[in-house]
This record gives sequence, C-alpha cells and structure tokens, in this order.
Amino acid sequence: MSGSPNSASEAAPAPASPAAAVEPSAEPLNVLIVGVGGQGVIMVSKVLALLAQAQGFQVKQSEVHGMAKRGGAVFSHVRFGRQVWSPTIPKGEADILIALEWAEGLRWLPYLKPETGIFICDTKRIVPPFACLNRRPGAPLRYSRETPADVISQVGEGYAIDATQMAEELGNERAANVVLLGALSTALRFPAADWEQTVAKFVPKKTVSVNLDAFRRGRAWIEEARVVTPAVESRAAEAPAPADPAYRVRLDIVAAWCKSCDICVKICPERCLRLNAERIAELAEPEKCTGCRLCEWLCPDFAIRVHLEDISAMAADAASEGAPR
Amino acid sequence: MRSSQEAAGPTPAEAREVRPLTGNEAIARGAWEAGVKVAAAYPGTPSTEILEALATYPAEDLHAQWSTNEKVALDVAIGASFAGKRAFAAMKHVGLNVAADALMSQTYIGVNGGLVLAVCDDPGIHSSQNEQDTRIYGALATLPVLEPSDAQEALDFTKLAFELSERFDTPVIVRGTTRLSHTRSTVAVGERSEPEPRGFLEEPSKNVMIPAHARLRHGAVLEREARLKEYFDEAPINRWEPGEASFGVITAGTCYPYVREVLPNASVLKLGASWPLPEGLLRRYCESVGRVFVVEELEPVIEKEIRALGYEVEGKRYFPRAGELSPELVRAGFQEAGILPPQPQKSGWSGEPLVRPPVLCAGCPHTSAFMAVRASGARVSGDIGCYTLACLDPLRGIDTTVSMGSSIGNAIGMAKAGEPKPVVATIGDSTFLHAGLPALIDAVYNRADIAVLLLDNHITAMTGGQEHPGTGKTLRGEEAPSVDYEALVRAVGVDWVRVIDSYDLAVMYQALREAIAHRGVSVLIANRPCVLDPVKIKGPAMQVVTAECNACQSCMNLGCPALTWSDETFEDRHKVKIDQALCIGCTLCAQVCTIDCIKPAAAVKQ
Repeated sequence: MSGSPNSASEAAPAPASPAAAVEPSAEPLNVLIVGVGGQGVIMVSKVLALLAQAQGFQVKQSEVHGMAKRGGAVFSHVRFGRQVWSPTIPKGEADILIALEWAEGLRWLPYLKPETGIFICDTKRIVPPFACLNRRPGAPLRYSRETPADVISQVGEGYAIDATQMAEELGNERAANVVLLGALSTALRFPAADWEQTVAKFVPKKTVSVNLDAFRRGRAWIEEARVVTPAVESRAAEAPAPADPAYRVRLDIVAAWCKSCDICVKICPERCLRLNAERIAELAEPEKCTGCRLCEWLCPDFAIRVHLEDISAMAADAASEGAPR
Repeated sequence: MRSSQEAAGPTPAEAREVRPLTGNEAIARGAWEAGVKVAAAYPGTPSTEILEALATYPAEDLHAQWSTNEKVALDVAIGASFAGKRAFAAMKHVGLNVAADALMSQTYIGVNGGLVLAVCDDPGIHSSQNEQDTRIYGALATLPVLEPSDAQEALDFTKLAFELSERFDTPVIVRGTTRLSHTRSTVAVGERSEPEPRGFLEEPSKNVMIPAHARLRHGAVLEREARLKEYFDEAPINRWEPGEASFGVITAGTCYPYVREVLPNASVLKLGASWPLPEGLLRRYCESVGRVFVVEELEPVIEKEIRALGYEVEGKRYFPRAGELSPELVRAGFQEAGILPPQPQKSGWSGEPLVRPPVLCAGCPHTSAFMAVRASGARVSGDIGCYTLACLDPLRGIDTTVSMGSSIGNAIGMAKAGEPKPVVATIGDSTFLHAGLPALIDAVYNRADIAVLLLDNHITAMTGGQEHPGTGKTLRGEEAPSVDYEALVRAVGVDWVRVIDSYDLAVMYQALREAIAHRGVSVLIANRPCVLDPVKIKGPAMQVVTAECNACQSCMNLGCPALTWSDETFEDRHKVKIDQALCIGCTLCAQVCTIDCIKPAAAVKQ
C-alpha cells in the first residue's frame, strides 16, 4: 500500500508520470465513474467535468438518478475533447474506468477499451441484501468471486486500491471517493493544483483538509504502484467458493400439539408452510424448505422439529449398511 | 462525499457567461430568461429538478410551486396564462396523462400569456412504469412539440417555446428525455426579459369551452396547425446539415448526438420540432439524398409521417422501438442497413454481473409496514413510490402496481369482484394526496370492504425528498399549512382510523390485523419520517452478539441493506452482522430477532 503520506501531503505533489497520462486528441476522452448509491460517484464526475471545462474542453457528463439513492448501481459518463457528441460512452470505448466498489467495477469492465483502458477500482465490497437471501446450510454468498489478480491481468492497466481503508486511516471514510480522484488525477494531464482547487470547491468547508489529504494519498499510492508491479489489495482477495454441503431437510409436526395459531405459517421466510383442512400446520412445499428452524424456534407449543440430515454422511452409512432410508 | 448542490440561480454580473448545466437546469434557465411569472409541477423523475432549479431564482421574478398533481399544476399554469402572464408547468411523461384532460381543452382555448409545458420522457424506463412517447400527444392535442438535443438547446428552445406560444396562440410542449435532463454540458446563458404585461382577455367564446364555442375553436386549431407547419418549413430550429448525399438521416432530440457520434460526415436533417412536421422541408430533403433513414427514440412518429408523404424511409426496421437508444444501437442499426461496415466484436471481460436491485434504505419506515402486510396473507394493491420496491424479495408484499393513486381504486375493484383474500391498498402520503383521495371517497361511498395502509413518511421520497401539502413547507421552503390525514380521512366518512408508529412492529402487526377484520373501509396511518429527507436520520447503531446468533436470519426478512452475512456460521448457515455505518438504529431487526441477540452497539462487548 501507499508509502509516504507525509511527503505527498506537501503543497506540490509529485507530477504525474507522463508516460501514463492520456489526453483527448481528435476523439474525446472517455471516463466512466461507477459505484453504489451514496458513495459519491456524482461528486467525482462533477469535479472532473468542471476541471476539463476549465481547461477549455467541451464536456458532457451524463448520469441516471431516480433509484440511485436506494442502494442501486450508480454510474456517470464524463466525455471531454474538442467536440463531444454522444453524452454516453459506447461499450468498449472508456479510456478510464473508476469504480468506487469492487463488483460495480466488474459490472462495467466491458465498457473499458480492451487493450489500453485504465481500470482503477476500490476493493471495497458493498454486499447487497439480495446476495444473502439463501438460507440453505452452506449456501454461497451471491457476490462476484473474481479476485483483483484475476481482473488486473485482463486490462490494459489496472489498479485495485483500498481507498476506503486509506480514507478511514485519514479519519473520514466518506473521503474514499476523493482518494480515487487522486488516483485518477495521475492518469490525466491536468495540473495537480487545479485538481486540488476543484476538489475543495465540491466538499464541505470543514472537510477540505481531510479531503485534500485523501486526494494526495490516492495520487501517491498510484505513483508507487506504477513503480512496483500493479499492486493488489487483499480485501476482495479471499472468498474461495465454499463447497456445497448436501443436506436434506425433514420437518416433524406433532398434530396433537398444534393449536392452529398460524405463527409458523406467517413467519416462514420461504412461505412453504400452511394450515391444512384440519387447521394443523403442514409443510406444503417441502422443496422450498431450507431448514432455517425459524418455525421450530418460534412455535409456542414445541410442535415442530426440524431435522437437517447430511446426505453425504447418509450415503456413506448407506454404503456401509446397504440399507437406504 | 455528497457535493453541495450547484446553484443554477442567476447573478446579473455573471450573465452571458458559459455554465455547466443539466438539461433540467437549462430548461429552468430558459423559462426564467423568457420572463415566466408562474411555474408549477408535481415531482417526477426525470423532470423533478426543473422546478427545483426554478425555485433558486428570486421570488420577485416568479412564483414557483409544487402542486398536488400534474393536472393541478397545469391548471395553475393555465390560470396564470389567462391572467396574461407567461406560465410554465413541468412533469414526467406519465404526469402528462394526469394533466391531459386540461391540455386537450386548453389547446382549443390557446393562450393569453405564453404557456409552455416541459414533459420529460423516460426511454429505457430508468425510473417509471412505462416509456410512452410524449410526441404523440403533440398530434393528439394538435400543438407544437420542441425536442432539444442538448442543454444549450434546452435553454434556447424553452425561450422559443414561449414566443411560439404567444405568436401562434397555442400551448407548447418542450419534450425532454432522461438523457437530456441528466446530462450536464456547457450552456451560454442570457438575461431575463419580461414581455409587456397583458391583462385578462375577456372573450368567453375563446375561454369557455361549451360545445358551441368548442366547435368553432376546433377549426381555429386546425388552421393554427397549418400555419405552424409553414413556420417550421423555414424555421432555423429544423436544421439541414449537408453531407455526402448517397443517404440521409432525419433525426431529432437526444438521438441527434448519437447519429453524429457514429456518422460525423453524413447528411442530416435535424428536426428541432417533432410536431407538426414541415412537409415541404421533408420533401425537399428526401428528394436530395438517396436512402433516407429516420433515427428516433420510441415510437415511429416522424417515420410514419414521412411515409404518409409517400417516401419509403427506413427507421424502426433498424433502430429499436422499445428502450433507450445509444451510440452502440445507432451504430448497429447502420451496420445492419449496410451503411457502416460490420465491426468485429471486441473480446473483453465477460464476468457475470452482480445483481444489485435498488432496496429500501436501512431504517426505512416502509419496511415494518410490509413485514406486517406479508404476514397478513392479504391481496395487496400497491402504488407508486419507494415502497413499490417491497414487491421484491424478501418483503415480497405487493401484488399489483398500476399508476399514481391506483392502489385504492384497484382494491375496491378486487373486493367487489369477490377476491377471496382480504384486500389491502398501500399508498404513500404524497401519492395519496396526488390521486388517492378521490378513490378513498369512492371506497367509502360504495361501502368497499378494504383496508388502506397510508404510509406517511412526511415527504415525496421517491424523487429525492420534495415538499408536498402534508409536509408544512413549500417548494421555496416557506412555512405552509399541512394536511391532517386523520381528520381528512374521518371527514370523508371513514370510521376506522388509527395512527401508529412504523417502528413498533408488534403494534403494526396487530393494528393491520384489526384494520383487515373491520368490515368496510379502514385506514391505518403508519407514521414515521423518511430516513433520508428532509434530514438524514442517524441514531446509535445496533449490533449482533455473534456468539449468541443462531443464524436463523429472521432479521434478513427485513431486506435491510445494513444487515449482511458474517463469516461465522451456525449449522453451516451464516450468522448476521450489522454495518455500523449504515445502521440508523431503527431496532426493527432486534424486534424480529428470535433469540434477542441484537442490541444497541453501546451495550455489546465482544
């Protein structure tokens, strides 16, 4: 990770490595900024758009609001150059993809120029509730499995940066987007002082200092990462695919103890229980039951028992005894 | 870090400068420069920011207001036009359906002060219930529709719309799309100039639409359309851009930059007005080039008209009728048509993208309401608002959603049709005031056996937190009277009314059960402010005592984004952990925890 925050926090940070800097020629330069609602994607794109405009370029910045605040995916296209037509970046034509969240970075990778595109991605993982809805024992998290190493090897130039961690270390987690702005700044030819002035315009007055530190931290980190091999942070690195243990679920419902209170039917997350014609609880859709035990634990009459049977163990037993159940 | 809202408001010293403005801000600027005196709207994505931007201009210049719905907003604007002032209404495409009744009469009446509607379509359905094409309203109402292609044109066309409105005695629609509304680009701004004031025009044969008057006015409207066609034949906003003549492209609005992106040197006829179409100009253009393509988003409005003139133009054959266009789709269309060479598919990354649907916020007061709804076993008609998200797992508590205010009418119909389950309508406060109230009166009048769950979160949340008549504040943030829902509902004859706290889950379950058991109309008002607007609510976070957690994931039923799997497991199921930054401390998860292992973070020592 980043080495010298002290030297980087001086007024004049090291100039960007010219070899890596890109700028618009006849074609506009395309920067795609993506993340999750609330992370500050739009702020990043506004800073870039204003800066590019101040440098005399024509700029278009396009985003989609609406559901954005509700934890959904957010994206903003920034294009600048002598003449910009479409406000959106066509697939495969983004020069730079900045992602504030790991899986969002992966979602938009097809928009990056395949050979030359620069990919800068926070390793921060925001796991949506949808990814954790499977209650079956051993069910995997439905979140992207790709590691930074998998991805970096497939893009022109890639950086997996733990910007959130850096911002936390500076005392303001919400400045992670500005760390990424710092990283982005190294890929463009705008003077660092102009970047910092523009950043200062867009952040609350009280947080200007921490945000400028965040900006320099991101900038310094990329400079260092360029010298070494493209660095890879660890947060998203683990998450090996867990093996699927095979369980069979069996419900015992003692009809004599059931008083038709309906609690189990109402609480069942899979909605697989019902009251039968005699108003006794029964498992109507056994294939949906995950064995989560909610009904067992909440039955006021202890009328329900959930049995989780390990099929692999049973298979082993069956093989030795020759007597399948 | 959320940025401070960039003010679009004017300061005289900065006039004539170039500013980065979104399409919405530019439309507002255009209306302000045109000297608009009264502006009204109901919020709706993607149009919402137009009125918000107008409200940043001085109150001495114009009155800007949120109205209860789009019809009222248009009627307010129409009233100002009657009074001789330039007037403006903004809405999303489906809002025009609500306002259409007024529009269809006003087009006969015409205007006194200029009357302009900004209507923003949502091709691609980013945040709507359909993707209807507003340009067809131009044909239906026989009035001009201007289509800006970028923010500069949004400003210029809005100003022009006021001039055309007065010159041709017609309401004018400025049609935007999501892409125009939410794209920021540089705009040269101008000064405000108010036209000479006109007084009320006392002319009942024009202003009062009784059948005898309306028959005469219809003739005037048709004659007006003929004059408009003549005008647009020469008008500079319909722009012929010469190029290589083996083929030509006719396009309008936000499709124009896509065409230019993929065909920088082609001959293009860019229409600034997509209704009425300039017949002479279209004929001259079609005869000057070889094949003619029409590139337009959604319906083949322009294509059909040109075909009716007898030209075999090509359009929807290559460019999809459903969804939003893009440079990629326009390129693909021209490749299929043989105009552009086929491009080899660039091989790139091909991972499976993560499913990340929008969700109710951590601590959203709608969550508990839908936990109760889910447990009620009722048939549920939903409505338009954040709570529509409760149709998805895990809350999965909404069976139907049609349009603004439909929930209550739909519930009446289901109950009258003999739906065997009890019927519940769920509707938010702003939507209730928009179009729910007449349906509630209908329910009482017709003795429908339904329960109405009024989700009062004190704001128009879905569109980003706008004031409404129940919030006690106006668009400009001034104090205002606020609706007393309980008194209102009682006044229309509902005898079972109860107000409860959305964060008390047990009370919520019990009250909903009683509301459903009540024969006739019952109204349960779930009362808690939105956690985002007008102020972001953040209380002390909750925490899971991991050692005790039995991984039943009862709390995961809430669908709260602050709850996620921890790495620890019980019976191979993941235990739960709470994101301390996201949790606002609503305690709903603690209330549903089966073993009481979720506690205020301060009380947990792990």
